[in-house]
Amino acid sequence: MDIKERNKAYNKYVSAKVPKTKPWPTLFNSFWVGGLICLIGQGINDLILFLAPNISEQSAWAYTLISLIFIASFLTGIGVYDKIGKFAGGGSIVPITGFSNSITSPSVEFKSEGIVYGICVKMFTIAGPVIVFGVISSAFVGLIYYIVYLFI
Amino acid sequence: MEMFLDYLWVFLVGGFVCMIGELLIITTNITSARILVTFVLVGVFLEAVGLFDYISDFAGAGINVPIIGFGASLAKGAISAVKSQGLLGIFTGGLTATAGGIAAAIIFAFIFALIFHSHTKK
Repeated sequence: MDIKERNKAYNKYVSAKVPKTKPWPTLFNSFWVGGLICLIGQGINDLILFLAPNISEQSAWAYTLISLIFIASFLTGIGVYDKIGKFAGGGSIVPITGFSNSITSPSVEFKSEGIVYGICVKMFTIAGPVIVFGVISSAFVGLIYYIVYLFI
Repeated sequence: MEMFLDYLWVFLVGGFVCMIGELLIITTNITSARILVTFVLVGVFLEAVGLFDYISDFAGAGINVPIIGFGASLAKGAISAVKSQGLLGIFTGGLTATAGGIAAAIIFAFIFALIFHSHTKK
């Protein structure tokens, strides 16, 4: 009981000390930075379709996403993406660049712990759950469609 | 003019999706991993019910670049693989469709982790 009360007081103290982020500027920043990243993606996609008109729409999107992943990974490596993230919040997390950042960032951070236990293990701290949930839910969707196709 | 409108839609939809993510962070304090998982699940759902292609038609990169697009291509891969391969497609479809993105993220992360050193937070 004593510990509980102490924790309560401590939590109150922490929440008083943590700097409050003003919601409106960050919302606005996440809007235009996120929009801008998508615009860059559309630009790359249009450029790819212009340079190689023969490839399918799906391959063009794959190249676009790989390009964005490369750019975000590089920016994370040189430490720029974290600054964008501080400024834009969700605008830098939600696009595929945020996924790339979430893989590169811990890899660079934990490099000092070795290649296997540092880079390779920490690489999936955030991307792991994303891939696990993605694979399971898509398999579930596939199962539903499989059952539906059995009956029609 | 038409091209300008297309790009405007990309910007508006993409920005709106990201703003919802930021709004979730502000109101519920959830971590970025949960944000990513949530949006992937939204993408899987949108594709499963067939809404994603409608949005993708006018929003283009605005919905494909956010991680929603990643979820949607997972589901799209699973659905089309089930159609062509049957039961096996349930297991192979999702990752096959997203293999490029996942492999690219892993490869570039590994290379840049070897090249660059961590920037200590100031």
